[in-house]
Amino acid sequence: MAKNTAAKKQNPLSSLLHSQMMIPLVALALLLVFNLIMDPTFFRITLGTNSDGNPVLSGNLISALNNGSELAILAIGMTLVTAASGGQDISVGATIAISGSAMLRVLCGTESSPSSLAAPIILGFLVAVLAGMLCGAFNGILVATFRIQPMIATLILYTAGRSIAAWINNNQLPIVPGKAFTYFGGFIPGIPMPTPFLIAVLCIIVIALVMKFTNLGLYIQSVGINENAAKLNGLKPAFIKILSFVILGVCVAVAALIKCSRTSTINYSVVAQNIEMDAILAVALGGNNLGGGKFNIWASVVAAYVIQLLTTTLYKFKVSSDALPAYKAVVVILLIVFSSPVVKEKLSQISKRRKAAAKEVG
Amino acid sequence: MKENAVLEMKNITKSFPGVLALQNVDFTLCEGEIHALMGENGAGKSTLIKVLTGVYNKDGGDVYLKGKDGAVSIRSPQDAQDLGISTVYQEITLCPNLTVAENMYIGREKGWRQNWKKMNADTNRILESLGIPAKATQQLSSCSIAIQQMVAIARAVDMDCKVLILDEPTSSLDEQEVEKLFGLMRDLKAKGVGIIFVTHFLDQVYEVCDKITVLRDGKLVGEYVIEDLPRVELVSKMLGKDLDDMAEIKGEGQEYTGEGAGTVFYEAEGLQSNAGIQPFDFYIKKGEVNGFTGLLGSGRSECVRAIFGADHVTNGKVKIKGKDVKITNPLEAMKNGIAYLPEDRKGDGIIGDLSVRENLILAAQVLRGFCRPFSRAEAEKAADEYIRLLEIKTASQDTPIKSLSGGNQQKVIVARWLFAHPEYLILDEPTRGIDIGTKTEIQKLVLKLASEGMSITFISSETDEMLRTCSRLVVMRDRKMVGELTGDDLNQNKIMSTIAGGDEA
Amino acid sequence: MNKKKRTLSDANLLLLITIVVFVVMYACAVIFLGGGFRKAQMFFNILDANAGLVITACGMSLVMITQGIDISIGGVVRLICMSCAVNLELQNGTPFTAFLIAMGIGLAFGVVQGFLVAYLEIQPFIVSLAGMYFAKGLTTIIHTNPISVTNEAFKALSKIEFILPGLGYYNKKGTYINTTIELGSVLAIIVVILMFLMLRYTKFGRNFYAVGGNKQSALMLGINVKRTKFMSHLICSLLAGFGGFVYFMHIGSAATSNANGMEMNAIASSIIGGTLLTGGVGNVIGTFFGVLSLNTIQNIVSSIGLDDAWWTGITIAAMLCLFLIIQSVVMSRTKKK
Repeated sequence: MAKNTAAKKQNPLSSLLHSQMMIPLVALALLLVFNLIMDPTFFRITLGTNSDGNPVLSGNLISALNNGSELAILAIGMTLVTAASGGQDISVGATIAISGSAMLRVLCGTESSPSSLAAPIILGFLVAVLAGMLCGAFNGILVATFRIQPMIATLILYTAGRSIAAWINNNQLPIVPGKAFTYFGGFIPGIPMPTPFLIAVLCIIVIALVMKFTNLGLYIQSVGINENAAKLNGLKPAFIKILSFVILGVCVAVAALIKCSRTSTINYSVVAQNIEMDAILAVALGGNNLGGGKFNIWASVVAAYVIQLLTTTLYKFKVSSDALPAYKAVVVILLIVFSSPVVKEKLSQISKRRKAAAKEVG
Repeated sequence: MKENAVLEMKNITKSFPGVLALQNVDFTLCEGEIHALMGENGAGKSTLIKVLTGVYNKDGGDVYLKGKDGAVSIRSPQDAQDLGISTVYQEITLCPNLTVAENMYIGREKGWRQNWKKMNADTNRILESLGIPAKATQQLSSCSIAIQQMVAIARAVDMDCKVLILDEPTSSLDEQEVEKLFGLMRDLKAKGVGIIFVTHFLDQVYEVCDKITVLRDGKLVGEYVIEDLPRVELVSKMLGKDLDDMAEIKGEGQEYTGEGAGTVFYEAEGLQSNAGIQPFDFYIKKGEVNGFTGLLGSGRSECVRAIFGADHVTNGKVKIKGKDVKITNPLEAMKNGIAYLPEDRKGDGIIGDLSVRENLILAAQVLRGFCRPFSRAEAEKAADEYIRLLEIKTASQDTPIKSLSGGNQQKVIVARWLFAHPEYLILDEPTRGIDIGTKTEIQKLVLKLASEGMSITFISSETDEMLRTCSRLVVMRDRKMVGELTGDDLNQNKIMSTIAGGDEA
Repeated sequence: MNKKKRTLSDANLLLLITIVVFVVMYACAVIFLGGGFRKAQMFFNILDANAGLVITACGMSLVMITQGIDISIGGVVRLICMSCAVNLELQNGTPFTAFLIAMGIGLAFGVVQGFLVAYLEIQPFIVSLAGMYFAKGLTTIIHTNPISVTNEAFKALSKIEFILPGLGYYNKKGTYINTTIELGSVLAIIVVILMFLMLRYTKFGRNFYAVGGNKQSALMLGINVKRTKFMSHLICSLLAGFGGFVYFMHIGSAATSNANGMEMNAIASSIIGGTLLTGGVGNVIGTFFGVLSLNTIQNIVSSIGLDDAWWTGITIAAMLCLFLIIQSVVMSRTKKK
């Protein structure tokens, strides 16, 4: 054992090189360097005041941290689902619509534009969490009990979710009254950091505590890698899979709170559109195997912010929001190609040969 | 090339990250001979075969084949097939979703058209001539594992091959099927085919082989004619040291005489599961080693799985230390002090991508509870202790278990259960597919644990092992318990006759 | 242990369920709803409207059989519509050049995605996700405003209809109304038949099943796994190109919202048709009925007066749910035997 730790200390660089954090960190560094070269003003952060006279930070980096928060929160849950079930939940966008809609139903009652809140915000949020957990449990049961592939099982809510969301509020788009509700998607008076980022940090702290003080990580990985063996060690694979989906459901509810708060309302057909794809992308960019098993939540979270930073960077270069996906796709493909094991192996072979050739010459 | 050699491998070298799997290994196979390739796990047998069949690309060395000038290049399994090298692997490498006939022919026929009629007719003819009870149009996944293995053998045999490689083909076959396979091998030998045979069963080597090549730690030890190499010498060559006389193991075990000796630990009445076994009664005393014996598929594993609650238990009463308990799932069994090492190490035992440490603490961790994880230090201490105790060969605790050799993986699984401190340990085929050195170690460990008061059920397909370790044998036939042997009845003949059902009473 | 011969394999059983459910559903619609459903034309209208989906779904089934997935096809179809429309309207193209463009786009996506999946071993979901983003983004870069096609030759081509003898009916005035079918539907049926023959009666086709069933085994059995995977993605994208052109012929215009969610409809159709995402099991005939079932239920929903667009989503989801549970039960039962 002493030998092992010694070996570890000898080569911290190589252990980092082989760690999962490598891919998102390199991507982050590349993006930052690119911006630094192209336009150093990209990094400018200014402290101003918003229309209500509260101090707020603004700048490209702040906006990336702000807008990437929903994605980062979803990436936490998506990583767990991916690890436990070996598949992805493509219904998160639709379930954000459902839980957001449920929240608005509670906050606004049946009126479409009430003058005061029909219920405290916390109650609305709890209902949203409940709705998110129910959706997660539904997906989880299909996956764990009926053994349907996750992507397919969640296709059901993906198809029906936005319809259900519309149905909850009778196809109306209620507007939440009051300033307090806008704090979650904007700024809390006196705190210059955007609230969504603070919420994301809170979520990360919570999940870190959960990982530290429970066996969630070990159990999920065991189930994801070898379900039969996990079962024979006294674990209940079905329960753990459902649990991972339920946790994702909670993440969905938190994301829904931020999304609704940003606009004080909800548009069922476009809210959080395509966010499931970005969330899955974050998991993959984080170096997690989409086939389940070992996972690293922090890598996924960093990857989520990388994706948002990429978006911000592209906006900075006046790419229209419609054309954005094309550029994003190119960057993503490049990243993935260079991090694919096959390419890595080829590259290391080439560098070995070069070294050998250099030695012969020398 | 040597005269009448069909295959020569020279100076084969292959390395994996951190491991030199083969170092300058030579191997020669002659026409019409059955050549055993022997060695402990991790000796390089599988690597050599995978190099030969194009699954791995070698780092150095040359392969020569009869009738080809110069070294041949084998870069894929397809190349190997085209060169007349056909292989049956230890794990079934067929496609479960296709029919038996397709599995026989896919990937090895020229032309573009799939002629179902001809293919099915040909397949049925071959299956019949080899006496394999399967139909050409049957989906492969609906066949038993043994039949699937026979189909794989039929496929290899049917190819017009010069070299046939059998990599532990017998581990899922029963005796009759093994006999059938040997008959087949002798026929092919008479036709001049060179056969490479890899197995862990020494009896089988001495029954059919002509020559033996021994590998150890990726190096060639030597090539021997079978008559010149007695068993003991073979084993010592494989291990690289003289083997303790295995027959003496039993003497080392001392009977448990401590507290509660002789009391019944576990007792079941009319236990039945949905895996299709007849209801059975069973008991085990504290400090006792007993065994289940019977042919493959006789229900040995199903019995112990029912005890552990691994299958859905449908009926029966269970008492632990005289108290009524209900065991319907593994967790309840574990809480009652029962541990179970499953038969299928890869499928049910190891969690491949997790580290040795995580694999080792898993069972104890589950028992401890969801909200009480072991601290890093505790886990490392435990892992260290058991790695030393069981002499597990691993680069570090953090090495993923899947990169260990089979025997060491098995030791980690044994350690996992020992760390959970069970009172009753069930070992289902703990010695299958692992090297002789580890086999002996595991048997010794069983006796040692029993002498310390643990109740143990030990199952093995090798009767010798059971005779050495168990003091009581339960005999199974056709998913029923048909007898129990103790004392002087514990001998090969008696077991065989009880299994066969000659004289029960 | 398991010598009992099973009369129906899993795959055939799933196909049978799909066809039976479709027939029962359609029969119920004919009996209880009557109206349009009594006329054969209704059936062919459903087919005409979904000819493009049938073709792309066949490609999707092929990739799914090979244990892959291609979610780029909706984006590819949208890109094709816009490119063809730009070619026909702004560059004085002909239907032939438009067709070449469609197939070219399909080929390009197929080659790139196939290479990344098969030879660089990147997960197909991620590759095609990027492909989808790229195609959708590129569409808006090419042209942002909707284009309605006015090219005469193209219009003539898309108006080609075939009369189906014996399936017409007399209207109230007593004149005989022919039942017709569009060129696109005929092409779709041809594609289904060709794909069926390819998958069933060529070794090339059987390789897809082998790779989907067990990649490692297929390699050991001497199949070129990488090439097979590459071909599955190539064929899928080519069919997306062809299907995209057929879809474009049917709608006759292009917009940046075209073919929204087409990949999910194709996946849903494949599943309803008995293709398993786990690979190795599937059949394009089933996929064909999957597309029809999916759209018949939409028609039923709208004809019983639940015209709200929301209802379509919910009913499709319910149907998908039903089929998934049926499949899950069937598969687990056959496994236990």
